[in-house]
Amino acid sequence: MNLITCTDTAFAYDGNLAVENLNFVVENGDYLCIVGENGAGKSTLIKGLLNLKKPTEGTVRTGDGLVPNEIGYLPQQTEVQKDFPASVYEVVLSGCLNSLGRKPFYTKKEQNRALQNMERLGIGALRNKCYRELSGGQQRRVLLARALCATKKLLLLDEPTAGLDPVATQELYGLIKSLNETTGITIIMVSHDIRAAITYAKHILHLHTTQVFFGTVEQYLHSSAGRRFLGGGPDV
Amino acid sequence: MFELIGEMLSYPFMTRALFVGTIIALCSSLLGVSLVLKRYSMIGDGLSHVGVGALSVAAATNLAPLAVATPVVVLAAFLLLRISENGKIKGDAAIALISTGALAIGVTVVSMTSGMNTDVYNYLFGSILGMSSEDVTLSAILSVIVLILFILFYNRIFAITFDETFAKATGTNAGRYNMLIALLTALIIVLGMRMMGALLISSLIIFPALTSMRLCKRFKTVIINSAVISVLCMWAGMTLSYVYATPTGASIVLCNIVMFIAYWIAGLVRKALPGVFAGSKNRI
Repeated sequence: MNLITCTDTAFAYDGNLAVENLNFVVENGDYLCIVGENGAGKSTLIKGLLNLKKPTEGTVRTGDGLVPNEIGYLPQQTEVQKDFPASVYEVVLSGCLNSLGRKPFYTKKEQNRALQNMERLGIGALRNKCYRELSGGQQRRVLLARALCATKKLLLLDEPTAGLDPVATQELYGLIKSLNETTGITIIMVSHDIRAAITYAKHILHLHTTQVFFGTVEQYLHSSAGRRFLGGGPDV
Repeated sequence: MFELIGEMLSYPFMTRALFVGTIIALCSSLLGVSLVLKRYSMIGDGLSHVGVGALSVAAATNLAPLAVATPVVVLAAFLLLRISENGKIKGDAAIALISTGALAIGVTVVSMTSGMNTDVYNYLFGSILGMSSEDVTLSAILSVIVLILFILFYNRIFAITFDETFAKATGTNAGRYNMLIALLTALIIVLGMRMMGALLISSLIIFPALTSMRLCKRFKTVIINSAVISVLCMWAGMTLSYVYATPTGASIVLCNIVMFIAYWIAGLVRKALPGVFAGSKNRI
């Protein structure tokens, strides 16, 4: 069963067409990398998948029991968060908000889920630390733990390694890969890092204001789009 | 000391001012943390200017001040959010636009009718004598509403303050809670500006939050600490104003400045000497 199916989908940004002719599916347990240059429509597509943007054409259908607001999202770091006074636990717990329904407060169930996800990502010991005092890699783990609190099925990662040093980058890729393999959670990752994309992903979606390529990594390596992009040529 | 407090409380206008002041200080500090972190610090300033405009028009046309100012300021708050969310004009520019516009209208109306009289002067710089018993009732009701809403929606307010996009993506209606925060802020400003003065009311929103952020590392402690600082500074400022006959609003802001500097130095000391606060570091 497919978690997400896009059929002839197009998204606009500020009234301008950002990306069109999207036809791809995301299966349960998949690891999809969305690649492309700046302005290729990646961020707009992410907003569309998160239901923050309505498609101007075509449809985005969710299936296999995926509830639209149960997508775990790892956004890019915002300006606000750089000096935000909050403990790691407070941030991770806020990922459980979508399971509260109309209740005002978190119960033991949500608190345990937050703690479990912190342990899972190796940040249990940082529980009472202040978010703004962590290293970039640690902050990314905190946000990943929060995303895991919000979902059981699908993680959507927007440039998760932006601004990280090479060691932290490798660690984070390893962590995401192992989440995908051990828990079967589906990953959709937007990345500039084409080398990492072909190393870790199962499928590649290449955008350049339209869908240039969708298929497995194997097929991508032999496609003309893939060869050009990997070769570092300016034209795609 | 006790004599002084007894003497202050023997005047009905002082008890009213203290009561209203405490409530305004408490509510504004709660909302202030979220506003400062969301980079909406100037919203209080902008809305208070709109308030001056509305009050001037009310004074010129002999209408009840609060009855005119409240809906106008609430409307301005909604408008500000709408404009900055649409992204056509950035938040700070939108605030400057609306606040100077409203002020210009108010000043024009005043100069064409009554001229700059004491009423208008009081709106700008505040007056402790301005609190009627209706204000006391209104503040009491408002404070209960703000406190209940803030506690009930605390977790949601945290989520949309920390990361609005994530909150929206996971199904929280961020727009609704932004509106709620703006609405409560507008009400607090209308109530507080006649005592604090339109030019100073935004300090009540900004100072306590920024002060406690020098030291506190958890959202919850920042909120609790700001509330305490805000109320203490309100009391200290009022006493100062009573004893030395200084303007109330300005005295309260001065106390907030002292508190801010104290916290700032404490923060620097903690950074320089990690050992001093080692035990408490993880708790606050």
